[in-house]
Amino acid sequence: MKSICFYFQVHQPFRLRTYRFFDIANKHDYFDSYNNSFIMRRVAEKSYLPMNKLLLELIREYGSAFKVSFSISGMALEQFEAYAPSVIDSFKELAATGNVEFLAETYAHSLVSLKNEAEFKQQVEMHANKIENTFGQKPTTFRNTELIYSDEIGASVADMGYKVMLTEGAKHVLGWRSPNFMYTNAINPKLKLLLKNFRLSDDIAFRFSQQSWEGWPLTPDKFTDWLNQVDEKEEVVNLFMDYETFGEHQWKETGIFDFMKKLPEAVFSNTGFTFATPAELGEKLQPVSSIQVPNPISWADEERDLTAWLGNDLQDEAFGKLYDLNSLITKCDDAEIMKDWMYLQTSDHFYYMCTKWFSDGDVHRYFNPYSTPYDAFINYMNVLSDFIIRVEQASGSSKPEIEGLKSAFSDLTDQAEKLARKQATSTARKVKKTLSKSKDLKFEDIKDLSNTAVKKLIKDIPIDELTIAMKDAETEIREKVIPNLGKRAKAQYDSIESELKKVKKSDIKKYRQQIENKFKNMFG
Amino acid sequence: MRILMFGWEFPPHITGGLGTACFGLTKGLSKHDVEMIFVVPKAYGDEDQSALRLVNASDIQFDFKDESFAEYWSKIKYMEVGSNVIPYVDPEEFSNVIEKNKKTGESYTSNVFSKNYVFSGKYGVNLMEEVSRLALIGSGLAAKEDFDLIHAHDWLTYPAGIAAKKTSGKPLVVHMHATEYDRTGENVNTLVFDIEKQGMEAADRVITVSDLTRRIVIEKYGIDAGKVITVHNAVDQNVTSEIADIKKNLKEKVVTFLGRVTFQKGPEYFIEAAHKILQRDRNVRFVMAGSGDMLNKMIDRVAQLRIADRFHFTGFLKGNDVTNMFALSDVFVMPSVSEPFGIVPLEAMRSNVPVVISKQSGVAEILEHALKIDFWDVDAMADSIYGLCHYDALSSMFKKHGKVEVENLKWEKAALKVKQVYEPLMSK
Repeated sequence: MKSICFYFQVHQPFRLRTYRFFDIANKHDYFDSYNNSFIMRRVAEKSYLPMNKLLLELIREYGSAFKVSFSISGMALEQFEAYAPSVIDSFKELAATGNVEFLAETYAHSLVSLKNEAEFKQQVEMHANKIENTFGQKPTTFRNTELIYSDEIGASVADMGYKVMLTEGAKHVLGWRSPNFMYTNAINPKLKLLLKNFRLSDDIAFRFSQQSWEGWPLTPDKFTDWLNQVDEKEEVVNLFMDYETFGEHQWKETGIFDFMKKLPEAVFSNTGFTFATPAELGEKLQPVSSIQVPNPISWADEERDLTAWLGNDLQDEAFGKLYDLNSLITKCDDAEIMKDWMYLQTSDHFYYMCTKWFSDGDVHRYFNPYSTPYDAFINYMNVLSDFIIRVEQASGSSKPEIEGLKSAFSDLTDQAEKLARKQATSTARKVKKTLSKSKDLKFEDIKDLSNTAVKKLIKDIPIDELTIAMKDAETEIREKVIPNLGKRAKAQYDSIESELKKVKKSDIKKYRQQIENKFKNMFG
Repeated sequence: MRILMFGWEFPPHITGGLGTACFGLTKGLSKHDVEMIFVVPKAYGDEDQSALRLVNASDIQFDFKDESFAEYWSKIKYMEVGSNVIPYVDPEEFSNVIEKNKKTGESYTSNVFSKNYVFSGKYGVNLMEEVSRLALIGSGLAAKEDFDLIHAHDWLTYPAGIAAKKTSGKPLVVHMHATEYDRTGENVNTLVFDIEKQGMEAADRVITVSDLTRRIVIEKYGIDAGKVITVHNAVDQNVTSEIADIKKNLKEKVVTFLGRVTFQKGPEYFIEAAHKILQRDRNVRFVMAGSGDMLNKMIDRVAQLRIADRFHFTGFLKGNDVTNMFALSDVFVMPSVSEPFGIVPLEAMRSNVPVVISKQSGVAEILEHALKIDFWDVDAMADSIYGLCHYDALSSMFKKHGKVEVENLKWEKAALKVKQVYEPLMSK
């Protein structure tokens, strides 16, 4: 028995208002409540409400045979509560049927999984709690913002106890393999993966109303024909898409609602497929293998990578500056700051800064408040600059101070390092010298010998010869030798030295040479 | 003494420094008993005409069958719209106009010689056509009006000035507020260059706004040095209407660039200097106020240097926002690569903001209480900014003396010099 797994993404960001430089440090309201409420109401009316109604009717008609799953971001839930509470009610009705699974994601629909594991886990927990409180279900399936996935992200999702995770069936990851099986995470095989069948998903989500497409017009019968072409052994077709597909991306007039209304009937009568939720599939299916995803993938664009959100200078700067705040944020307990911290992390802000679509299509202009990525960047940075000031104040430490501390600390470490290095070098030199003593120790090297060695040396040298050799020697050498003379030797030395007037240089040289020869005997 | 004066814009309908300078100068001249008929392509009716009589060229009919023009109009060459006309002050306006015309499918068929002609008075695609039309009007006015001398401001009005001189035989003074070299660097639009050169050659005297401009006029245009005279601009002293309505809550020092974000203004040097300072001192914020064809490139650079949390962009500032910007600023920087005069630093000083200006600006010739650097010397620029931010003695001295200095730059004085340029011509 093959399964169809429907998952719908519901998300709306808190879009920023036009926030000017003059507002920095003066005004702290960042969001365009007029526009956000307008958009939310419009989408609710055109998409969420009619589609929820349709799904509810289908569930009532087919009972447990028809199932779907949703991921609703914390941002969308909050906006439903504020601007369109009837949407929450209709989702609750769906939840009550028992045929709808609600997934966990990051509360802010953020990209935090790429940046900070602790904050990521916290946001997921926050979202899971919100879902549980709202719909009475504790999520066991996870999906990340924009289906972003990598081995590492999967592993930390497994850590949190999730059993199933959804991601893209990206060609460059799958190679010859099919997305129509269940796989597992490469690091922790306990985490099962369901991969989006992007061809069949996008036939509905993107191509449904494209008259230039050879599949147009798409009918339930045609779609079930395609489902029947799926290889016998394959187990699941994952149809993942934005919920706004219904009524917003594809308008009502395209017939998208009729298509969905008739699809279950066509599936039941033309194919052997049934409908299942991700959690059910996690129980039911056997994973075929693990899958290696060292670099993050997503469901966006042809490339299925992160370049829609990160990668150009504008995005990287904004993203970097935002998450520089992470450690300070942990010291804040101001509710307003925590709220804005969430809202500012929403991936859409970075999406608006993408420059690769200057020539590209309209999909990306969907409710984009900015005319250029530069406008998006300036506005976001103005807001972020004000937010940074607030966070610094609330966390009781301004960044300059922290940086001062940091630099003082690094100065200290530098100095310590230098000292240590100096010590190490001189020790190394001594060791080296000691090791090479036998070979060519010079008279001058006496100063580096241990007192014991000096004493031993003096014993073997006639005191008069020593006195001559010491004539005009460096202070350091004298200070090494003289204290090591015995009492008698010292007296002798002194008297000889006082008598010594003119000594031939050649004599000094000669006796020094003899001492050097003694070295060889001593250590050779 | 009565002057027939041609300008392109007049306050409050201005897009740049030209209109402001004309206004100040005419007010100054009126105090020295000079009467003026000031011709603009388009008047709106709300201009301050206390110092002069404003003539709206759009109101003047022109009939080329009129015998009095017959001899002259044949001499006026119709100038086609150049494919790469560099808009004079407002590139955004220029591209907007082009976009709009594309959408509406408006055609540019010339109606320069029609009886009625409505000027836009802007810097749009029909700029050259409007310049030509103004020349026709100029020759018509010259035949009818009674005056002693013609004074034309910037190349846009030179054809009108030349036409008026040919029709009336009266002496012509042309005023160089900017040269094509300042506007475009070395990529001069030859059409504009030619008009500037013809205007200066036809003129009895050329007034330049700085010695810097005077040198360009002599060296690049080959104008006889003997007839080129520098009269520095001044500042309007009556600015009571602008009061900042903003409180500075930022604890960091604010360093501001205010002007068009174009090659001529040197915005990239400002960013590099900001980067140098921010590496040492995070207690400074930088602001680039203005827009222009290099803005996106500058935003990219700031993002690339990872200083966007301390370097802000405001876009084009209008009206009171300029006053507010100065109220928030601790240092004003004008790093212009080439600036014939540069009035913005004077406005900054008037608002008690110390300034750093490039030596490549005309205003550097007259200002004492300003730090002057070469536009390319990013290190010196950074040093100067840092000094003004942190050494209070320096900044308070600059504020105090700077304000007095600016208050002494009166249009009345500049106007007197202009009158002294007129006088010997009149006696001829």
